[in-house]
Amino acid sequence: MTTKKTLFDKVWDAHVVDSVQNGPQILYIDKHLIHEVTSPQAFNELEARGIPVFRPNQIVATADHNTPTLNQDLPIKDELSRKQLEQLSTNCAKNNITLYELGHKYNGIVHVMAPELGITQPGMTMVCGDSHTSTHGAFGTIAFGIGTSQVAQVFASQCLLLTKPKSLRVTVNGTLKNGVLPKDVILYIISKLGTNSGTGYFCEYAGDVFENMSMEGRMTVCNMSIEMGARGGMIAPDETTFEYVKGREFAPKGDDFEKKVAYWKTLPTDPDAAFDKEYHFDAEDIEPMVTYGTNPGMGIKISETIPVDDNSSFKKSLEYMNFKAGESLINKPINFVFIGSCTNSRIEDFRVAANFIKGKQKAQNVTAWLVPGSKQVEAQIINEGLNDIFEDAGFELRQPGCSACLAMNDDKIPQGEYCVSTSNRNFEGRQGQGSRTILASPLVAAATAVAGKIVDVTKEINETNVTLSAVVRSH
Amino acid sequence: MEKFTTLTSRAIPLAIENVDTDQIIPARFLKATDKQGFGDNVFRDWRFDKHGNINNDFSLNNPTYSGSILVAGDNFGCGSSREHAAWALVGYGFKVIVSSFFADIFKGNALNNGLLPVQVSEGFLKSLLQTVEAHPETLIEVNLENQTISISNSDVSESFDIDPYKKTCMINGYDDIDYLLSKKEQIEAFEAEKIY
Repeated sequence: MTTKKTLFDKVWDAHVVDSVQNGPQILYIDKHLIHEVTSPQAFNELEARGIPVFRPNQIVATADHNTPTLNQDLPIKDELSRKQLEQLSTNCAKNNITLYELGHKYNGIVHVMAPELGITQPGMTMVCGDSHTSTHGAFGTIAFGIGTSQVAQVFASQCLLLTKPKSLRVTVNGTLKNGVLPKDVILYIISKLGTNSGTGYFCEYAGDVFENMSMEGRMTVCNMSIEMGARGGMIAPDETTFEYVKGREFAPKGDDFEKKVAYWKTLPTDPDAAFDKEYHFDAEDIEPMVTYGTNPGMGIKISETIPVDDNSSFKKSLEYMNFKAGESLINKPINFVFIGSCTNSRIEDFRVAANFIKGKQKAQNVTAWLVPGSKQVEAQIINEGLNDIFEDAGFELRQPGCSACLAMNDDKIPQGEYCVSTSNRNFEGRQGQGSRTILASPLVAAATAVAGKIVDVTKEINETNVTLSAVVRSH
Repeated sequence: MEKFTTLTSRAIPLAIENVDTDQIIPARFLKATDKQGFGDNVFRDWRFDKHGNINNDFSLNNPTYSGSILVAGDNFGCGSSREHAAWALVGYGFKVIVSSFFADIFKGNALNNGLLPVQVSEGFLKSLLQTVEAHPETLIEVNLENQTISISNSDVSESFDIDPYKKTCMINGYDDIDYLLSKKEQIEAFEAEKIY
């Protein structure tokens, strides 16, 4: 009898070089993505120990975390930031690593640029010194974030020492309601399961909802797997995946592509494979979501009220947000809106926003930043004429990067201000010291910018007959 | 990496759950390209207000508490993969973090920097926090060889789990690079067959 395997098992097992007795396994890494913030100390470590980079052609670098989103053609004003980017360029040049530096046509947020270039492919193992590396799992890839010591390990050996995680499956069946986007699906899941339910697990997302989702939507979902503690999330590769990968810059071509597709078709979880933990949800129960607290698990349907809880950490969180238990977020005035980040900065996200914004104006009180995930997304926004819609509505389209998601650059939300943000973390001060983040979908963010306050977007779109449900499969 | 065998120290309580790595070291301090100096900014926005004034209510600023053990609430280290969080805690002087649950990436980062994450039961954590808060002079003993954590001069003790391989690394000060480099032949043999 053959053992039934999950998608995760199949990809993992194909990459095990060896096992340490009573210990971890040596896992081979196909692609290593690096950026300016978590790589310099790893390069230093190798240099200090006289160890060469083992497989430079399996590493791709981009500058994204600490880059300005205005005047990218000018020298960077902040000295530390400039030095950090210069060091990335020097390290890549010294070690023959491909770098898409600021201004390069392929530059962008690491988790946006790699998939759109076809670097990310089903069945691969991928790592990056960034916890949202889980994004690439949307392709049926084992992709996860690592620390800088591990970046150095992969530099030195193209491998990592890891204990195989346990398996978790989240199944969502049914049809999503109008106005419910992939972001709402993952915020809903995290709100139900909490921020540490996935710790020690790799998660597979299964069911109608994910099968019918575009690759952009799948990336949004897998991106936030880490917010429930899971090192990674995966979705079985299918025709949508193959269609997306086909023809991209670094995707396999011709016969090689066909051979890969044949292999990729063997990857989905065997029908009777067992998971260590399983959860099931109904698509019909999901509504547009918002967070009210300081971790991504503190989310509610936009129509619900903040729960009441006596836990001191919960209270501390509400105090930071200046919200009260039992109250609704509808009609809360909001002065800042951010559409961007590795969660929601792909073309589909800007299409959704533009579709809603078209013919409307942002509210006077709102500063609305739109930050594309990559140069290619930026170009697409312009090609499709979405920039005109944004400009007419008073939104500010900036240049690509991580931007206000982690506010390492100048894109900071001021002290005490709320920001409805399409990013992935609402931690205290995440978007700038004292800032208060409300996580939401690009649709909720766009509607907030127009109203100048949080509104029940479901009501709005149903009244105006705008169709924005289960985003169409693109490509 | 510094070796770790046993430690007897006072502890600092941090009775907050879901302490994320953005709190441990805020993103604006991640611009450095070496590992030095992060300790100065550990828990920066909890230790200081926006004008740089000390927040006396925060336990790290309370002179009653000292020591190289941090006792923290559930799900410590969630969020970003930034190893700067581990460097900041080590830089500040911590050698052990005790919690009832650790986020995955943080736990690995800590172990790779000689910072021992000790995962205890919720009940033990509660009594440890209460003891330290009521009697800050209490000494806590952590013994990695025996995998135990105890409150000195009491019978309050608990054993903790650690991956046997990581335990050996901690005790001897080894890191994974040495091990992986010793396996280069096998890695190259694997590469001859690899798919990508």
